[in-house]
Amino acid sequence: MSKTLFEKVWSEHVVVPESPATPAVLYVDLHIIHEVTTPQAFTVLREQGLQVRRPDLTLATMDHSTPTTPVRSLSDIEVVGPSAANQIRQMEKNCEAFGIDLLGFDSDSRGIVHVIGPELGATQPGKTIVCGDSHSSTHGAFGALAFGIGTTEVGHVLATQCLLQRKPKTLAVNLDGRLAPGVSAKDVILAIIGEIGVDGGTGHIIEYRGDAITSLDMEGRMTICNMSIEAGARAGMIAPDQITFDYLRGRPRAPQGAAWDAAIARWRELRTDEDASFDRSITMDARRLQPMVTFGTNPGMVVGINDPVPDGGDDPSFRKALDYMRIESGKPMTDNPVDVVFVGSCTNGRLSDIEEAARILKGRKVADGVRMLVVPGSQQVKREAEARGLDRIILAAGAEWREAGCSMCIGMNGDTVPQGKLSVSTSNRNFEGRQGVGARTILASPATAAASAVTGRVADARLLA
Amino acid sequence: MKPVTRIQSRTAVLPTKDIDTDQIIAARFLTTTSREGLGKSAFYDLRYHSDGTENDAFPLNAPDAKGCEVLVAGRNFGCGSSREHAPWALLDFGLRAVISTEIADIFRNNALKNGFVPVVVDAETHRWLLENPGAEVIIDIADATLTLPDGRCIDFPIDAFARYCLLEGIDQLGYLRQQLPAIEQFEETRSWTP
Repeated sequence: MSKTLFEKVWSEHVVVPESPATPAVLYVDLHIIHEVTTPQAFTVLREQGLQVRRPDLTLATMDHSTPTTPVRSLSDIEVVGPSAANQIRQMEKNCEAFGIDLLGFDSDSRGIVHVIGPELGATQPGKTIVCGDSHSSTHGAFGALAFGIGTTEVGHVLATQCLLQRKPKTLAVNLDGRLAPGVSAKDVILAIIGEIGVDGGTGHIIEYRGDAITSLDMEGRMTICNMSIEAGARAGMIAPDQITFDYLRGRPRAPQGAAWDAAIARWRELRTDEDASFDRSITMDARRLQPMVTFGTNPGMVVGINDPVPDGGDDPSFRKALDYMRIESGKPMTDNPVDVVFVGSCTNGRLSDIEEAARILKGRKVADGVRMLVVPGSQQVKREAEARGLDRIILAAGAEWREAGCSMCIGMNGDTVPQGKLSVSTSNRNFEGRQGVGARTILASPATAAASAVTGRVADARLLA
Repeated sequence: MKPVTRIQSRTAVLPTKDIDTDQIIAARFLTTTSREGLGKSAFYDLRYHSDGTENDAFPLNAPDAKGCEVLVAGRNFGCGSSREHAPWALLDFGLRAVISTEIADIFRNNALKNGFVPVVVDAETHRWLLENPGAEVIIDIADATLTLPDGRCIDFPIDAFARYCLLEGIDQLGYLRQQLPAIEQFEETRSWTP
C-alpha cells in the first residue's frame, strides 16, 4: 500500500496498534531532555521506584535557564537567579542519579536541544524523536518523526521508552518554484503560518514539499520544521535526500562504516510514495514570497516587509494584539524604531544564521540606542563562528556575542527585553510577554534582524546589500 | 490522579482567541522543580498591571468569576509551548475544564493527563457561552456531554482511553508499564536499532 513519509516512520515504531479503546504504543528512538520540563518527571520515577529504561537513547543538556555569560565554575550559574540555578543543579543531580550522560557546562557539545541533536548526528532520518519542548518539530527536517511532549509524557518515555499516541492526520504543504534572492527559510515558514493560520495544522503532521524546500540546505530546512508548531502542527517533516546524507556523514553519533551504508539504503526509502494521499494539501508559489515580519502577538499575524499591516475589521483579538504592539493598520512595518535585536534560538541560531547576520553587520555599526544580542545555538556553533572571525565582526559592530543557550527567545535566564521595548527577533514566538514582561516582539529572519539593528528601524535587508 | 466524573459550575469567559501557554503561565515562572503552587502565576500578566495592582478589566478578576471551575475561551486555547505547567497552573488556580471551538494538541494531551477537561463545542454553542458568562453548566465525562442552563445537552469529542482514565483516575504510566513485554519484544525483533 502506498504510504506517506509520515506513515512509513509511524508504522515502523508501532509496538502495539491502536484500537477504538486504546491509543497506539509508539516506540521512541531518541529522547532529548533539558532542565525545565524534566524535574517533575524524575520525581515521579523516584516516587514509583523506577529507573530510566534506556539512558543510551536519552540525550541530556541544559539550555533554557542557563546563563549566556561564561560559566567557569558552577557558582557562575547564580547570575540566572536562585530558582533557575536550582533547576540547573537539579538536572545535574538527576542525570547523575539515573545514569544519563549530561552535556553540561563542562561539555564542548552543550547547546540548545534542537541544535545539538542534528549537530551530533543523533538526529537521523526515520527516527522517532521527542523532547519536552514544542520545537522538537525541528528534527523533522531530517525525515524523522519528531514532536514535543509534556512532562508526564517525559516520565513515560524515561520509564518505558514509549508513548501512548493516536495517529494524527497528514497535511502536505507544497512550495512550487525557487525563492527569490534575499528571501530565506524563515520568511518561507512565516508566510506558510500566515497562510494557514496558527491553528491551521492542529491535529496534523505537515510534510513540506517542492523545489523551494528541496533546494534549501539542512539549516534552512530545520528553520522551516522548527516552526511547524506555530501553525498548530506537532510535527513537520521533509523527506531526506543527498543534502541530508551529506550533512550527517561523519558526525559523531551518525552510523559509521558498514552501518552507514545500511542506513543510507534504509533512508532512501523514506519518501512519500507517488500515489500516496494526504488528508489535506495546500500549494503556495515560492517565487512570490518576500521577506516577512510579524506585526501582532502570534506568528500568524505576519506581513511582507514592504506591505501595509492588514485591517483586522472588528475582530477584538486582532485589535487587542495591535494595541499591545502599538502598531497601526495600513502602514508597512518598516520605519518602526527598534530597541532590541536578538539573533539566536533553535529557529535561527545556527552557523548560517550567524553568518547571515555578520554579512550585514560587516563594516557597519549597530545604531545608537539599539541593543543587539547574538547568541549561538550551541558551543560548537560558537567555535565555528569564531574560527571564521564572525565574533570579531559582531563585536566590532557593537553587538554582544554570547555563550550558547535559548536566551532571549524565552527570557528564562535573565536575557530579556525591557517593558514596552520593541524587539526584532529571529526566534519563534511573538506572544505577549514572551521575551519579557510587556516586551513587543517582531519575528524576522537573521538578515532582517541585522539590517534593523544597523538602521535602528525595521528594515528590508535587500536595500543594504 | 483523582477520578473526574462530573463538573458542575458557573462559567468564566475569556473571549480572546489564541490564548497561548505563555499567557497561561509565563516562562519566568517555569524555573520551578515542583508541580505545586503554580496557580498564583496563572494568567499573571493579564491579572496584574506591571505595578502589581490587580487589573479590573481582566474577566477572571471580576467578583462573579470567583469560584468558577469552567473557563470558556476563544478559539485555539493553549497554543504554543509544551509546558505542562499550563494545566498545572489552571488546576491550582481553581479551574477544572476549558470550553472552546478548538484546543491546541499538546495542551489538550497535557490537560487530560492531569484531570483538566478540554471540551470542544460547535461555533453556535460557543457563541452562546461567550455571550452568557456565569451560565451554570454541567460537564459529564461518562456521557461526554455538556449541559447548558436551558437543558440543552451537547456531545463533545473525547478520546475513549482518556475518558476511561479520567473516570477511573488511572495513571497512564501504569498502563504503559503493563506493555513492557511487548516493548521488549519490539526491541529484539525490529530490523534496525537506533
